Amino acid sequence: MSFVKTLMNGEQGLFKAGSLTAMQKLALRFVVVGLVYYLFVVVEGMLMRIYAVEQISMISQDQYFAILTAHPLVGIFGSTYLIVMGAFLFLVPFLMKKPIYSLKLANWNFGLIAGGTFTFWAAGFISHYAPLYTLYWPLPADFSQFNPVGGAIFVLGIALIMVGSMLFVVNVFKTITYTPEGWEKQPAGRLLGSALGTSGIANIFRKKKNRREHLVPLPVAAIARGSVDVALNAIILLFTGVLILVFMVAAILGHDLRESAIDALLYKNWFWWGLDLIADGLVLIFVAGTWYLLATMITGKKLFMGNIARAALLVELIVSWTVWSHHLLSDQAQPAILKVLSGEMVTAFELITQGLAFFIVLATLWSARPLKMTNELKFLLGGLAGFALAVPAGIMQADVGLNRILHNTQWIIGPHVHVAILVGLTMTLYSAIYFLFPILTNGAKWYSQKLANIHFWLHLIGGIGMGAFMGMAGLKGMLRRTLYFNGEFDLYMILAAVCGTLLLLSFLAFFYNLVMSVGVNGVIGIFRPTKNVNKDLLPAE
Amino acid sequence: MVDSSLVLKGQTIAYTLYTVVIMLVMLWFAYKVTKTGKGKNVVKPALFYTFVIFLTTLGISLHIITFNTIPWSEMDLNRGKITPDKSFVITVEDHQFKLPDEEMLIEVGEIVEFDVTTLDLTYGFGLFRQDNSMLFQMQVVPGHRNDILWQFVKPGIYTIRSTEYSGPKGIAMVEKDVVRVVEKIIE
Repeated sequence: MSFVKTLMNGEQGLFKAGSLTAMQKLALRFVVVGLVYYLFVVVEGMLMRIYAVEQISMISQDQYFAILTAHPLVGIFGSTYLIVMGAFLFLVPFLMKKPIYSLKLANWNFGLIAGGTFTFWAAGFISHYAPLYTLYWPLPADFSQFNPVGGAIFVLGIALIMVGSMLFVVNVFKTITYTPEGWEKQPAGRLLGSALGTSGIANIFRKKKNRREHLVPLPVAAIARGSVDVALNAIILLFTGVLILVFMVAAILGHDLRESAIDALLYKNWFWWGLDLIADGLVLIFVAGTWYLLATMITGKKLFMGNIARAALLVELIVSWTVWSHHLLSDQAQPAILKVLSGEMVTAFELITQGLAFFIVLATLWSARPLKMTNELKFLLGGLAGFALAVPAGIMQADVGLNRILHNTQWIIGPHVHVAILVGLTMTLYSAIYFLFPILTNGAKWYSQKLANIHFWLHLIGGIGMGAFMGMAGLKGMLRRTLYFNGEFDLYMILAAVCGTLLLLSFLAFFYNLVMSVGVNGVIGIFRPTKNVNKDLLPAE
Repeated sequence: MVDSSLVLKGQTIAYTLYTVVIMLVMLWFAYKVTKTGKGKNVVKPALFYTFVIFLTTLGISLHIITFNTIPWSEMDLNRGKITPDKSFVITVEDHQFKLPDEEMLIEVGEIVEFDVTTLDLTYGFGLFRQDNSMLFQMQVVPGHRNDILWQFVKPGIYTIRSTEYSGPKGIAMVEKDVVRVVEKIIE
């Protein structure tokens, strides 16, 4: 097949967008747009990396901080949320062996998150609204630095995402519990109990013969429990958004509300409680669930210590509600009891829960050896390695003593955040994408295994390398969220930029491989309306 | 009290060693999982539970060890009961530090209090060595007391810098070489 034919029609012309079900198209739309937003994030990261070394004239300082504000939010919501939600909206019905509750809700979910991300990104790009995702009060309402109109549009974009997230949660729980038309009545209460883990707790107190079986597969339980944190996070961010919006609208109308009406420390606790439900809640729970699913699918074996894994997911959910204070270890007015109990001790539980998930997945894989080193297996191992590196780095900084010399340095954002997200989370998502690709495309083949290998190695080396050089800079005193003008840390930033380039090349290799596999016509076809709109997951034979 | 750079060195060594070990383990696993093994390939539950106990011990002992070895941890949590040898009151407003009128001169061994108040935004307060490495930092939150005790163990000149993002204007919040620590003056 000629290059042009492959480019237009995909590898061997195997991918036919017209053969896709509405559900397959939906999942692919989520993933493709999520990947485009990932490209946004990588390019933004590279721009910031260059600017940290050389303040180029085409970017103003205000623009730099607007990029710094948008960068993590596009990464979390525009990229990760979309890819994860697309995969889960397909997997929950797939694993529950029943149709999705509502395709309409899923489409709104997609539109609101994709549109909301573009809205806040564009608002930040044009108006330079840049209070960062931390929004420490009263910075988001500091109108001597930021335009309230730009800020209001920015907040509106985030609010759209939160509404989209709530629709996802409703769809997940309704899909688990509802009774499809013509089906026998489903035990909604028991299904919900199994999904959330209350039936598992009740089993502890039941005699062995009276114990109830788990009605919901383990990965679905992980999705449900992570979705609880998605919902709580959405509530907190929506409420905070409305609060900020009140100040913005007042400023637009010419009224100056007293900023001190809000207690900055209380606000910081409230906001971090909600925000941390992402980093220390749903991400860890969703990742563990995805690991379990991938491990069982790759091996065809039962999960090692399945019941413990299920219980650990519930512990992780409860832990995620009580760890926020590790973000306030350097706040001197924060009560010491909260610093020690929530900030240090409960946070240490994440070492245990993630460590258990790590061990369980490796033991499950081990039980099926010899395994073929497929793309999904190698990316899964990469994802496991990422969290094995990043979680202990986080536990170290969640320490009263060490936080005093690490907080807000590049250590936090390098070895902990970037390694967790780029290596741990993203490689897990890539593993899921490689695993789901033949299912979602009705058997399309990858264009090049060589490109898939390049994708893996450049991503792994680039991600770990970037985190390492940022970490070294942090240990030398380099702060995050600021600029240096005398080349103090240029060496580390240049080396981190080289690793960033590897990440960019890795993504380009992957995206090119993807486009050549499904063809340009295939990509366009994914976004064309489906002829037969029904809830079938896969086309009828 | 040991210098914070020594603590950082210890942390760097510990984490680097851990990184090397875990990467070697993953490489070994990736190689072995593709090979036919001897026996049934079953991991015994006893190994799993041992690992759980190891993780629990590690998670809790890390904080106990740092609390007992990093000298400022205990001083920080109990600072209300400690009387400092010297105190500096600093105000922050409009992205500017307002430092005490007199020179911030400290003798080695003195326990010094930095009491920082912000009149508008949330800022940070950090002391940095001349090689740009950080001695310590804290957050400076409006409407609350932001105080830290520090015992200086060797002579040096330090720069104050805001360690928290407070908008684009915040990058200029650097007061170069304003804290001087000298050997104990014997009268």
